[in-house]
Amino acid sequence: MKAKDITQKIGFASLFACMAVTLFFLGAIIFFIAARGIKVITWEFLTQVPKAGMTQGGVAPAIVGTLYVTLGAIAVSLPLGLACAIYLCEYSPKGYFVNIIRMSINNLAGVPSVVFGLFGLAVFVKYFGFGVSILSGSLTLGILALPVIISATQEALTAVPISLREASLALGATKWETIRKIVLPTALPGILTGIILSIGRVAGETAPILFTAATFYTRRYPDSPFSEVMALPYHIYALMTEGTHPEEQSAIAYGCALILLVLVLTVSGAAIFIRQRQRVQNA
Amino acid sequence: MHKNVKMKAGGVDFFYGPRQALKGIDLDICEKHVTAIIGPSGCGKSTFIRLLNRMNELVPNTRLEGRILLDGEDICDRSVDAVEIRRRVGMVFQKPNPFPKSIFENVAYGLTVNGVKDSKTIEKKVVASLMKAALWDEVKDRLHENALKLSGGQQQRLCIARCLAVEPEVILFDEPCASLDPVSTGKIEELILELKKYYTIVIVTHNMQQAARVSDHTAFFLLGELVEVGQTQDIFTAPKQKRTEDYITGRFG
Repeated sequence: MKAKDITQKIGFASLFACMAVTLFFLGAIIFFIAARGIKVITWEFLTQVPKAGMTQGGVAPAIVGTLYVTLGAIAVSLPLGLACAIYLCEYSPKGYFVNIIRMSINNLAGVPSVVFGLFGLAVFVKYFGFGVSILSGSLTLGILALPVIISATQEALTAVPISLREASLALGATKWETIRKIVLPTALPGILTGIILSIGRVAGETAPILFTAATFYTRRYPDSPFSEVMALPYHIYALMTEGTHPEEQSAIAYGCALILLVLVLTVSGAAIFIRQRQRVQNA
Repeated sequence: MHKNVKMKAGGVDFFYGPRQALKGIDLDICEKHVTAIIGPSGCGKSTFIRLLNRMNELVPNTRLEGRILLDGEDICDRSVDAVEIRRRVGMVFQKPNPFPKSIFENVAYGLTVNGVKDSKTIEKKVVASLMKAALWDEVKDRLHENALKLSGGQQQRLCIARCLAVEPEVILFDEPCASLDPVSTGKIEELILELKKYYTIVIVTHNMQQAARVSDHTAFFLLGELVEVGQTQDIFTAPKQKRTEDYITGRFG
């Protein structure tokens, strides 16, 4: 065997090894959480309120709270993000100013989530007086999700070939008609993927809702946007750091983690499914 | 040329930033004739044809001087609505660019954006346009399939049908056969000869045989200048300019 071939074999082998290690950790996380979490998951666990100082009963309020806060966040960030991306991509004059805006948006994506939490506390909870509530949490998470939605939408819009825009304009369509009827529908799978991924991200965040929406324990289900709620990620955090029965509590925490994991993976799976289906259609 | 002049370029200079792409172009385009524009790559022929429906406006940092008339009216005037000009002057592009929608929707699109709402009218015009574009027989049973499933040649004829549906007066073809095989090219050429009965046609082409086959008039562009224009037969058999002769006999380009 030539030296070149050996080098190549070693190269492939090390790449494969790295891939295998990555895959191992991914698999290990899922297996570990599932193995520990599955023990406590029962119908009661999914549908009942917590009892006996968090050591018994279910986590239904946390599931409901996570759903509310996530939906609220998407309701906030979707229209804003979509409009912002369309403006930046299609209407704003290209130049120095827009580049700065783009850079700022990308930097916003890099801001630690706990900083968003503090911002939400200062602005939505205190200044606007929304209190610790679904509304404050949704607004905070919404801002957190904005950069994800904006970049995904921008990417999807830029990927629409210029030839399609020209075809539409050459038929006597206005710019707005072209965007609405040709560009947006063509970009839709990409935009949807971005939205769904941001749902996954938002559902799992702990720090932003820590001071803005979440409470450790409530027996009530939220009845207005101003209610404070339990949420799965925060519940896990609370179970593992506070309370008096670490044994029982950590079991419940793994149950919550499993529910959260399944939720997020389902959402990501949906994103992949939509993207694939669209690819097949366009091929 | 003594026929009716449909479009007229007068002293057209065009700049991409500091670079001048067209220099003092004067060209008459006759009604219901085919005018071919030939010349080597980068000679400004595509730039020129894209001025005729104000498509170059979409390219940032460009500047136009001179006049382009459609039925005697200056279309470059800021007060003239580019959208209206593009409805009257249709365009078929180099690469087939159907929308990722159904065949029917592709043809109907131009009608709906131009305010046609009645679905019976739309259906009638879609069928008529597909027939005129010689595509009807191939697609009549699959009008609601995605247009991207058609072959390249069929896609290009769909783009022609889409253009015909809005009933333009002039149709610009920007190297319409550049990405097509010879059979599809033949079909498009036949179609152009048929269409010139009803429409004024301008075609940019790299292929000199194609210009000779389909056009009545030929204009030869070189380095942003219009070197020579005349009856196609004259240009190909007895060019007046040395540079034209060199190009059509294949000495350069």
